[in-house]
Amino acid sequence: MQIEISSVSKTLGTLHTLDNISLHVGEEEFVVILGPSGCGKSTLFNIIAGLITPDSGRVLINGKDLTGKTGKISYMQQKDLLLPSRRLLDNVSVPLLLKGLNKQAARSQAREYLPVFGLEEFSDHYPRQLSVGMRQRAALLRTFLFSREFLLLDEPFASLDAITRRKMHLWLKEIQQLFHSAILFITHDIDEALLLADRIYVFSERPAHVKREIKLTPEADNKAVKAEILALLG
Amino acid sequence: MKKQNNFIEYAPYVVFLILLMLWEIIVMVRNIPAWLLPSPTQILLAILEFKSLLLTHTLATLGEAMAGYVIAISLAFMIALVLNNCRWLMSGFYPLLVATQTIPLIVLAILLPIWFGFGLLPKIIIVVTVCFFPIVINLMNGLASVDRDQLNLFRSMGAKPLQTFFMIKLPAAAPAFFSGLRISATYSIMAAVISEWVGARQGLGYFMTIAQKSFRIDQVLAAVTIICILSLLLVKIVDWAEYLLVPWNRRLYEYDENTDKP
Repeated sequence: MQIEISSVSKTLGTLHTLDNISLHVGEEEFVVILGPSGCGKSTLFNIIAGLITPDSGRVLINGKDLTGKTGKISYMQQKDLLLPSRRLLDNVSVPLLLKGLNKQAARSQAREYLPVFGLEEFSDHYPRQLSVGMRQRAALLRTFLFSREFLLLDEPFASLDAITRRKMHLWLKEIQQLFHSAILFITHDIDEALLLADRIYVFSERPAHVKREIKLTPEADNKAVKAEILALLG
Repeated sequence: MKKQNNFIEYAPYVVFLILLMLWEIIVMVRNIPAWLLPSPTQILLAILEFKSLLLTHTLATLGEAMAGYVIAISLAFMIALVLNNCRWLMSGFYPLLVATQTIPLIVLAILLPIWFGFGLLPKIIIVVTVCFFPIVINLMNGLASVDRDQLNLFRSMGAKPLQTFFMIKLPAAAPAFFSGLRISATYSIMAAVISEWVGARQGLGYFMTIAQKSFRIDQVLAAVTIICILSLLLVKIVDWAEYLLVPWNRRLYEYDENTDKP
């Protein structure tokens, strides 16, 4: 799946939030948006998901204009947003149910992925019985079951402790390679960006625009890149 | 189960028994006449003596209370749904809902028979008026408590309004809804009894007024005892229904051992 955002601008109330943002995510690519907190990254995600219509600009998915249309791309937030009333398996099957599958089919399809996400022992647990890390993995699985070709992740690991977070990073990379997903990932953590990304878009403060696009190659010097980004964000 | 918990569990019964014993002793020692204050045993004897009569009246009261309760629940459900989906109706009708609760119950008990006669209808209306408020308020709060991000997430996944309602809103409102049910359950019996004080031919309220006029305080208190037991039973039934229908919210009963999270 290919995503292209072309010249998107948005003013929320009197707040000029996004200023002429253009970016793209290619097939199987891991792209990170790096920017200061409150720079409007989440607004951009809401636009990509179709929840907000931009003042100008377009969202293209596989070349099709889907600006302002919901139901195509979902996303995952820092909050897991699992439903407290549903057991884990029923929580992650929600997107399948919403697509019209019956309960049986949705459950059996979702169950297949539990082992990869390390959740098979906990399928009958309610969210409040799970740890934060578990819940984030469940939330990711739910996002994944909605559309595995493209994942939109909004600071998904921000509430985790450093160790769990590290594990989740490695594991997310594995998942991506296993299922050939394209990922657009928001963070304000430079190290996280450097660790995960194939390509980084550095955003400015509000009104957000793309300050620089950085392509990371295996032989790139991470320290130099980090210094470059720090200088940019000044 | 832990020992200390067992003790705490029995504490209410122990306290209750001690109070009853004190009451019994004071009545005996001070030689208080039964028409002024009967002892617990005298009340118990009154219950046994009039058990078939009390049963008829209890059934009458229970019937009115339950009819009103069920109507109140359905009404509360409909009103909460409509108000939750329409902002201007909400702001228009909310004060009115509160106002219905400021009318003294006894005034309704007097006025309604004048308008609707002495049959079942005015009694049920009183029970409904009293019961539906706690349910509607709790249900509306519950429905409004849903996380906006949760709703947005569902919208982004293309959920239809009905799916959102049944998957998010209704379960989110369930605990508050049951709190309302619990409060109303006790109110229902009380409201039915009060409605019987004025113009009734049966029911515990009617029984009490007759008994009171002939200074049979033991019979009055016998009826009160039955009212208490009925109310507590209803609350237990609501608790039990919540336990079955809202399994994810079970408070520390059997899932206690599982709280050491993976």
